[in-house]
Amino acid sequence: MGRTKTNAIGLERGDYSYNDSTLCPGCGHNSISNQIMAVAFEESLDQHHIIKMSGIGCSSKSPAYFLGRSHAFNSVHGRMPSVTTGAVMANHTLHALAVSGDGDTGNIGFGQFKHLMRRNLPMVYIVENNGVYGLTKGQFSATADKGQKTKYAGHNPFSPIDLCLEALIGGATFIARSFSGDAKQVRTLLKLAMSHRGTALIDIISPCVTFNDRDDSTKSYHWGKTHRDILNEIGFVQTFDEIAVEYDEGEVQPVQMHDGTWITLKKLTADHDPTNKESAFRVLNEAHSTQQIVTGLIYINTDQPTVVDIENMTDEPLVHLPESRLRPSQAMLEDAMSSLFAAN
Amino acid sequence: MTVIDLYRVPANHVHDQGKIINNFSFKIATRNGTGSQTSNNTILRALFRMGIPINGKNLFPSNIYGLPTWYHIRVSKDGYMGHRNESEVVVAYNFDSFAKDVASVPAGGVLIYPMDDPDSNKKKWDVITTSREDIYIYRLPVDQLVGRLDPAPAQAVKEYIANMVYVGAVAYLFNIDMMQIEAALGYHFEGKQKLIDQNYGLVKIAYEWCEQNLEKVDPYMCQAMEHTYGPNAALMDGNAAAALGAVFGGMQFTAWYPITPSSSVAEELQAFSAKYRHTEDGKATYAILQAEDELAAIGMIVGAGWAGARSMTATSGPGISLMAEFAGLAYFAEVPIVVWDIQRMGPSTGLPTRTSQGDVMFAHYLSHGDTRHICLLPANMEECFKFGWQAFDYAEQFQTPVFVLSDLDLGMNLHVTNKFEYPTTHMQRGKVLTAADLEDIKGNWGRFRDVDNDGVAYRTLPGTDHPRAAYFARGTGHNANGKYSEDPVDWEENLQRLHRKMETARQQLPAPIIQQVEGATTAIVTYGSNEYAVFETLDMLAAQGVQADYLRMMALPAHLDVAEFIKSYDHVYVVENNFDGQMANILCMDFPEIAAKIRKVARCNGLPLDAQWISNTILSMEGK
Ligand SMILES: Cc1ncc(C[n+]2csc(CCOP(=O)(O)OP(=O)(O)O)c2C)c(N)n1
Ligand code: SF4
Ligand SMILES: [Mg+2]
Repeated sequence: MGRTKTNAIGLERGDYSYNDSTLCPGCGHNSISNQIMAVAFEESLDQHHIIKMSGIGCSSKSPAYFLGRSHAFNSVHGRMPSVTTGAVMANHTLHALAVSGDGDTGNIGFGQFKHLMRRNLPMVYIVENNGVYGLTKGQFSATADKGQKTKYAGHNPFSPIDLCLEALIGGATFIARSFSGDAKQVRTLLKLAMSHRGTALIDIISPCVTFNDRDDSTKSYHWGKTHRDILNEIGFVQTFDEIAVEYDEGEVQPVQMHDGTWITLKKLTADHDPTNKESAFRVLNEAHSTQQIVTGLIYINTDQPTVVDIENMTDEPLVHLPESRLRPSQAMLEDAMSSLFAAN
Repeated sequence: MTVIDLYRVPANHVHDQGKIINNFSFKIATRNGTGSQTSNNTILRALFRMGIPINGKNLFPSNIYGLPTWYHIRVSKDGYMGHRNESEVVVAYNFDSFAKDVASVPAGGVLIYPMDDPDSNKKKWDVITTSREDIYIYRLPVDQLVGRLDPAPAQAVKEYIANMVYVGAVAYLFNIDMMQIEAALGYHFEGKQKLIDQNYGLVKIAYEWCEQNLEKVDPYMCQAMEHTYGPNAALMDGNAAAALGAVFGGMQFTAWYPITPSSSVAEELQAFSAKYRHTEDGKATYAILQAEDELAAIGMIVGAGWAGARSMTATSGPGISLMAEFAGLAYFAEVPIVVWDIQRMGPSTGLPTRTSQGDVMFAHYLSHGDTRHICLLPANMEECFKFGWQAFDYAEQFQTPVFVLSDLDLGMNLHVTNKFEYPTTHMQRGKVLTAADLEDIKGNWGRFRDVDNDGVAYRTLPGTDHPRAAYFARGTGHNANGKYSEDPVDWEENLQRLHRKMETARQQLPAPIIQQVEGATTAIVTYGSNEYAVFETLDMLAAQGVQADYLRMMALPAHLDVAEFIKSYDHVYVVENNFDGQMANILCMDFPEIAAKIRKVARCNGLPLDAQWISNTILSMEGK
């Protein structure tokens, strides 16, 4: 047997795994877990500083299937954004990697989702979008298409919510969409999301093989394979010079991420500029009329301050501050008391 | 019909009537939003500076402008600080409530009201007072006096400043020290001379007009007292005290959503933190976020508490309702958080600006399944401050939510307090394993193992640099190692451990305060802000020949001393400000062996409990 491959911090691929999945075989969510582990291994991520956050649902269970050395919080249905907000404010050196479902995010948790976007909390927010509630056995979620039929829930009479569009309206600074069947793109977008400073939403069409995988469903494997419109190809480079050397001008769009690295965005199908909000609206709206799944980086804004920046906290995370820095002095208590209306 | 000129004496007035000194109540009726709170606080502060024991209660409507509002000030030479329902002196500035206010003056009491042009207006008020020939009446030419102010106040503030006329009149009629009035205004306007001059100017104009035009004919008087308050006494409200306590408790993260009567906890937190919790380079050692709702507020503090920060929120009943699911998660995932509940009247929106103790039962058992929470029960300003910092200690020591049950009366009214004592103990951060600790025990660790047999397990914080540090926090079933489990044995063992934890807390939380007297045949058990009234009740009962001991609960789960205490009497009275007698119910459930001894004295009508009602109720149950 050959030597097992280790990464830059000396860990093996297996060190990034956790419990075996208890989801249905073939569930789209499982392949996303696999890509998370692959990226974490390739990128030599330090699991001790990652927190895995989720709500409730099949999708929200998945943090139990990857990165066993990271703390995790499987919270309550739809409220992962608030729990993550508190954790990151308490310790802004933590990297939050969150997994939610379309029901968790688009139905019960819709308010928290929108407010999270407004605050631009630094985190990666993955929605494993299957158009149904997997865990409660196949009821329609808010992302189910109008007129969609399933064996269990029947016919859906209501219009869907597009989470990417909602994020865009909500002021999100990173919006991407992918398909769980496209492992490479999922990995690339995960890497990119991790280097974004702000909330990075990746809406991943992730078929529920048990309740919503009929070929006519826009959340099925078949649809994902046949109706996908890949917007751009993303390249990672270390410096701007590399872009200048390797690519022709005009063909690619360079974008600098917060950590200093440059990426290249190569346009594929549509003429779309992901740094332009109008353009992002346009591709999302067009995709609706054509029933296509547009994938790739839809929108990015690297200038927006995060809630961590806005709150102007100490560089040292709040949780590391000792009592001497948290409890004001006796003299300060006296000062506070002297500002009261005293008896004499 | 008698025509009232500037003042009138009751038909049965006797000239040599004895004075009633420092033992009566004022009621000031105004319209909400007209700035009367400045005038009311000015009177309250001046009386306080005169050394007279006082309490002030703001009975305000849920409204921004226009609805009737009343401010009660009690002066009590005997030092009773509880609310009284009856007011001998009524300042009636609001025509909308005028008939009711006039009717509320007891015989021999005093009515003060505006008389102004135009004449029709004058009649409108006077007509209502004609039937009250049994009270003293003073009338004030409010508009005319405001008109004497030079320079004239801007039209926009006329209605506000007009309230200073009754300050001057009350000062003259009841002998309130003008120097202290001026000092109180100086404090209120933070030394801004122009505002002080303008307001005090009108107080003086009114005072002098009264001096020249009114004859003091009623018997009520204030008189300065000495040595009533210690050198450290001051006025404060409970929400500010709570916020200050939290700042000195090292609060690291707060998330909140506005709701009366709790909003000022967060607002004061913001103010005190800005002052005392920034580093030299201006960075904050805390963060405060206004959340989108109470669900998000508690979700945020659960996340922060889990990450290792001292986290809190402040809310009231409707917010507590929304927080139920997360409270259960925090209990079961064992996350320290602090929730201040400034109680108001429920059910539902209820009376949002009126006080009650109606959340005790709900907060104690908040959430589905077998859930139970620590509740702290502050009764005065010092305890609001102390629990402000101590609640974090308890939350982290027991790794569980701590609810602090204050109420609107405690939280929003000014109370006399001694200056606060600086925290006497270091922060208790509870059982947290660091990377070095994990190394020492060779990573042999399980999140929910009861190593010390006190029900409290060891936790690690996210970000701990050790391959065995991580655990999976969840609200789903888990075994002692934090792994998902549906095993009935795991489930039962976990609940038993949580029960053990609460039993540990029961004896480690503050013990009740007990006061015993010679020959007591019964006792009063109470908690929170009721203490102000109950102290007076004890004297009233004694005067009727009923000697009663006293116990005040400080926390839930109830200390075993509470049960022991109750056991030693034939019967005890549990006094509380809610309809069902919720604390009595909790005591009966926790200690069924003493249930038969408990008699409920419970009332909820939007007002703080008053000693007379408690006393009457007990006396009738005593068969007296
Ligand atoms: C407050 C609350 N209401 C309802 C539920 C039941 N519930 C569990 S998962 C779920 C839907 C999950 O759907 P989604 O987020 O799309 O996840 P999926 O299972 O499809 O991956 C529901 C309704 C719950 N856990 N909590
Ligand atoms: S029910 Fe659907 S979403 Fe849930 S695990 Fe099975 S395939 Fe996946
Ligand atoms: Mg779903």
